[in-house]
Amino acid sequence: MTTSLAPPTPAAHSRQRLGQRFEQYTQIGVTALLLVIMLIVGSLLYPNFTSGQAIFDLLSKNVFLIPLAIGMTFVILSGGIDLSVGAVMALGSVIAASLLQAGWSAVLVIPIVLLAASALGLLVGIMISRFEIQPFIATLAAMFLARGLCLVITDRSIAINDGFFQTMNLAHINLWEQETVNLRGRVRITDVYTTPSVAIAMALLVVAFVILHYSRFGRTVYAVGGNESSSRLMGLRVDRTKISVYVISGFCAGVSGLLFAFYTASGDPVAGIGYELNAIAAVVIGGTLLSGGSGYVLGSMLGVLVLATIYAYKEFDGDLNTGWTRLMIGVLVLFFIVLQRLVATRRRR
Amino acid sequence: MKKLTSHRLLWPAVVLIALLVANLLWNHSFFDITVRDGNLYGAPVDILRRAAPVVLVALGMTLVIATRGIDLSVGAVAAISGSWASMYIISSGGGSVGVVLTAVGVALVMALIAGAWNGFLVSVLGIQPIVATLVLMVAGRGLAQIITNEKILYPDNSPAYKLIGGGYLLAVPFSILLAGGIFALTAVLTRRTALGTLIESVGVNPEASRLAGVRARPIIFLAYVFSGLCAGIAGLMLTSNSTSADPNSIGLFIELDAILAVVIGGTSLAGGRFSLAGTLIGAFIIETMDAFVVIAISARSTDVFKACVVIIVCLLQSSRVRAWLLNVLRWGRQPRSPRRTEPGSTSVPPAPDGATAPTLTVPDINTGTNADSTGGPGSLPVKAKS
Amino acid sequence: MPAEPPPTADRPVVEMRDINISFPGVKALQDVSFRLYPGEVHALMGENGAGKSTLIKALTGVYQIDSGVISVKGEEVSFSGPAQAQQAGIATVYQEVNLVTNLSVAENIMLGREPRRLGMIDWRRMRKHAASVLAGLNLDIDPGSLLSAHSIAVQQLVAIGRAIDVQADVLVLDEPTSSLDVKEVAELMAVIRQVRDSGVAVLFVSHFLDQTYQISDRITVLRNGGLVGEYLAADLPRLQLVSKMIGKDLAALEALEEGTKREAVERVEGGAYLTAAALGRKGSIEPFDLDIHPGEVVGLAGLLGSGRTELVRLLYGADRSDTGTMTIAGKDIKLRSPRQALDRKIAFASENRKSEGLIGDLSVRANIVLAMQAERGWTRQIPRRQQDEIADRYIKALDIRPTSPDTLVRNLSGGNQQKVLLGRWLLTEPNLLILDEPTRGIDVGAKAQIQKLVAGLSEKGMAVVFISAELEEVLRLSHRICILRDRRKVAEIVNSEQTSVDDIMDIIAAEAQPA
Repeated sequence: MTTSLAPPTPAAHSRQRLGQRFEQYTQIGVTALLLVIMLIVGSLLYPNFTSGQAIFDLLSKNVFLIPLAIGMTFVILSGGIDLSVGAVMALGSVIAASLLQAGWSAVLVIPIVLLAASALGLLVGIMISRFEIQPFIATLAAMFLARGLCLVITDRSIAINDGFFQTMNLAHINLWEQETVNLRGRVRITDVYTTPSVAIAMALLVVAFVILHYSRFGRTVYAVGGNESSSRLMGLRVDRTKISVYVISGFCAGVSGLLFAFYTASGDPVAGIGYELNAIAAVVIGGTLLSGGSGYVLGSMLGVLVLATIYAYKEFDGDLNTGWTRLMIGVLVLFFIVLQRLVATRRRR
Repeated sequence: MKKLTSHRLLWPAVVLIALLVANLLWNHSFFDITVRDGNLYGAPVDILRRAAPVVLVALGMTLVIATRGIDLSVGAVAAISGSWASMYIISSGGGSVGVVLTAVGVALVMALIAGAWNGFLVSVLGIQPIVATLVLMVAGRGLAQIITNEKILYPDNSPAYKLIGGGYLLAVPFSILLAGGIFALTAVLTRRTALGTLIESVGVNPEASRLAGVRARPIIFLAYVFSGLCAGIAGLMLTSNSTSADPNSIGLFIELDAILAVVIGGTSLAGGRFSLAGTLIGAFIIETMDAFVVIAISARSTDVFKACVVIIVCLLQSSRVRAWLLNVLRWGRQPRSPRRTEPGSTSVPPAPDGATAPTLTVPDINTGTNADSTGGPGSLPVKAKS
Repeated sequence: MPAEPPPTADRPVVEMRDINISFPGVKALQDVSFRLYPGEVHALMGENGAGKSTLIKALTGVYQIDSGVISVKGEEVSFSGPAQAQQAGIATVYQEVNLVTNLSVAENIMLGREPRRLGMIDWRRMRKHAASVLAGLNLDIDPGSLLSAHSIAVQQLVAIGRAIDVQADVLVLDEPTSSLDVKEVAELMAVIRQVRDSGVAVLFVSHFLDQTYQISDRITVLRNGGLVGEYLAADLPRLQLVSKMIGKDLAALEALEEGTKREAVERVEGGAYLTAAALGRKGSIEPFDLDIHPGEVVGLAGLLGSGRTELVRLLYGADRSDTGTMTIAGKDIKLRSPRQALDRKIAFASENRKSEGLIGDLSVRANIVLAMQAERGWTRQIPRRQQDEIADRYIKALDIRPTSPDTLVRNLSGGNQQKVLLGRWLLTEPNLLILDEPTRGIDVGAKAQIQKLVAGLSEKGMAVVFISAELEEVLRLSHRICILRDRRKVAEIVNSEQTSVDDIMDIIAAEAQPA
């Protein structure tokens, strides 16, 4: 018996599979294309915009957005959302700074920050999964809580003088040598470098990729985001998965907090306001559906690069009103969601 | 309907009363209202006045949430309208009533356009509300910054403009009157017309509503326009009452307060049935709690307490928690109530009762005993065949 | 009462004793006992509301029991969720496809059990294993393809493949054939026999009596939440089974059936109210012609997936047609929305009561007046007093229980929910009423009431289009019958005393591809 739909040959199977894969990848393809276009535009407008160092600067100047976007990808893939990540990042930096100021050593402080952030994520996950509170509200409350805890600890930023943190702040990982010609025509040989923070963020990205595509847990995340009730009936541990993604998001926000502390050598209670929106924007631009079940963490990385490029425009052009960057981000998000919508309606036909 | 209000409003009302009592215990003169220059002053008046913009925004948010949507852009819309009005008044060099009226008028039109934009994205293009309004939330603040050229404005506090946010009318702060008036208007609009029921119908089951001939598009569109309008008015209130208008901070986080107010008030984020009175109570809870925390603890702790209140109220509203509490309170009995975690099967039939009744215009089927089997042909087996 | 155990085993692999489950206001199961032996297909039979679904959900861990004992392989168990039941060796295939459509076929089969190498998922091995599972079901599809790319029937077979692959001790199949066509059903029966012969205990639920008799060794009958008895299939003739299910005297039943059939045979005169000419929608239903006259009942017959619902959705504007024209009361019109259809006095009761009919959180009253209110728009509310009067009128006339108009419809039984929806449509005073599976999932009593209602409506001049999977029902009520196959209207016959179910089945089966 054959069912009415299937093509009969394995060759046709792989062709069909390729076609489906292509469709799944179009979204990311568009993001990648957009990034390339923006870089080209930038290099036309500003000198040295796409020099080796400038590209790496895109990463290092926005390095704390990367873990946020990674954590947000997990949460959104599972069908939820996390509004607390900016606040938890700030909390992480504040806890680190205040503990270091009190004399604790970096070896203790770093795990404590990660633990605290993950614990908050655990709390949120339990509220959402065990008590069935909507993710929007639960993470909103968590945001207030984290922000509030920041303010209770300190109302202004705390400088960090710890040796390890200072090292991370200043360290460069030299990659290769490059000739640069400055405006006066003098040729110099400098090192193109990046920071250890970027290396950490990239490592996190690789780990996230492996988890999502090569572990049972990762596939369960996709399943829960696609259809939660079916996943439950299929015997998957839905509750555990939902709690875990929020723990992961909290952990990533904690990592972001540490990276922030490295970058600014301080802990700041009002840092990261609005960062959760940037994380969501990066994830949407990267092709992940807000409804869950579909998307790639590499796409979110591309989304971060897109945002980074927009911020770079502002950096290279001092006169540019910050309002324009926000406007541009809004327009891009709009573009991608309309695109997602068109693809979805076309697929339904 | 009565059952809904008496049930869902119970906990929020209890929490509000508890907060008021706490305030009173801490500050015995909390409820003292004085009259100065013919105007009312006092802590309760301050709370109401601070709550007014939140109430406004939350009213619009309630309707939007009831249609299964959400409006994250209200803060940005408030910023746009407030910034524009301030800009206009300053650049027109004066605070005459005419200038103020024009400023207000244009600002509100901008707010309506913003609402219509959101409505268009959601109801016509069918984009998810969170993302659709996220766009304006991000882009809107950018717009506000562009309007004011990234400068902080110092509007010439003409009495006409100040009236909106800070002035008094008939001894009561004007903003309270304005918010109260719009609350009344909304209540009439939703309950005296079919708008409320249709919104609820669309929110509970959009597809069934469509098949029943409900035109969802204008209803959803209207909800977002209304939300935009409320946000615009709130923006005017906020800028008129302060000495400076910073496009970055006008209405910052007001969408969160509004959403909290709506949720605390008993309307579900999943849409459907809504309660305006609940939203009102929710907004008061937020402001009263802020007031209490500022006096009793410190101004920096308000966020933590806000978080705790939200969590408590949400837990109390969660049916799981209520069931667990009931079980704990019942001595010794451990059985958990059966969970229904699965896809649409029909619900269990009610207990059979003995009588049967005739159907519309159709002769009676005479029956025996069992209610659920009044005789009549069931699915008789197919004779024969392969 | 309990029958002799078969010679292959002397201990049941699952034993449920004195199970009680109550929901608010209802006792769903009362002192029900049930057992499953390995190497046997055991059918669970009963009308809707009998408790079959509840019993299965208790076994598979979805519901908790109030009292009683469940033992698996001799040990007492208490499942807190489906995951635990699966671990105990119970695999389930539900009536609605419960898979994750955004993942691939292979992933759906292996989800939760993906083969791993060095801790990471081995995709190649997974695809190969999935391919072998699919081959066992004779399903020729690419395991790497997205599940959403396939029809519901294929998805259901994948769900069955998953359950079988788990190699459980117990396989529960809840209405597994509802989306399958004749050939696929035969294939499935062969697979079930294989599974049974390998020693698995199969629990089989289906309202298709002939399928039940084809495959079952043992039958348990439930009625109104209580156990009627456990019998060997060979010892229980069909009519006895039915009578045990509905608790009614057989002779009375047959007499009733005769009576109503005779009524349905008149001819109807007059011009058509609705004419569809070459009306079609790509991917949904091939272009068809149809005339519907006032006072006439047109039945649509065909297998699941043949396009009956798709056809009527075009008549109602629930879907938009790509081709063809429609003429209603003499005027040409292209319907773009249900609103337009309602304006032209057409009403449609969807087969998906819950997702497309009821507004669950609203009251009976609000649900009944909804279509009428929608017509008036939001500015003109129906006065409260009038709403009350309407609600009372329909509650009485349609025997809706409980009788309070404030009851939330989600708390009503299936039959009463259906009546509320009928009230909504009747209130719009349609000239054409389309009913899609109005008696599905409803207890026998309400079913009969609804059938009588339909007959009565047509006598009063309303045109009715009636869809039902039960061909006897279609025969009983229709003046004319349209037969659909594979998304195409293939025949139209006039119902007469000589027309039988076999005639319809012949047309459906004609020209079908050989297996």
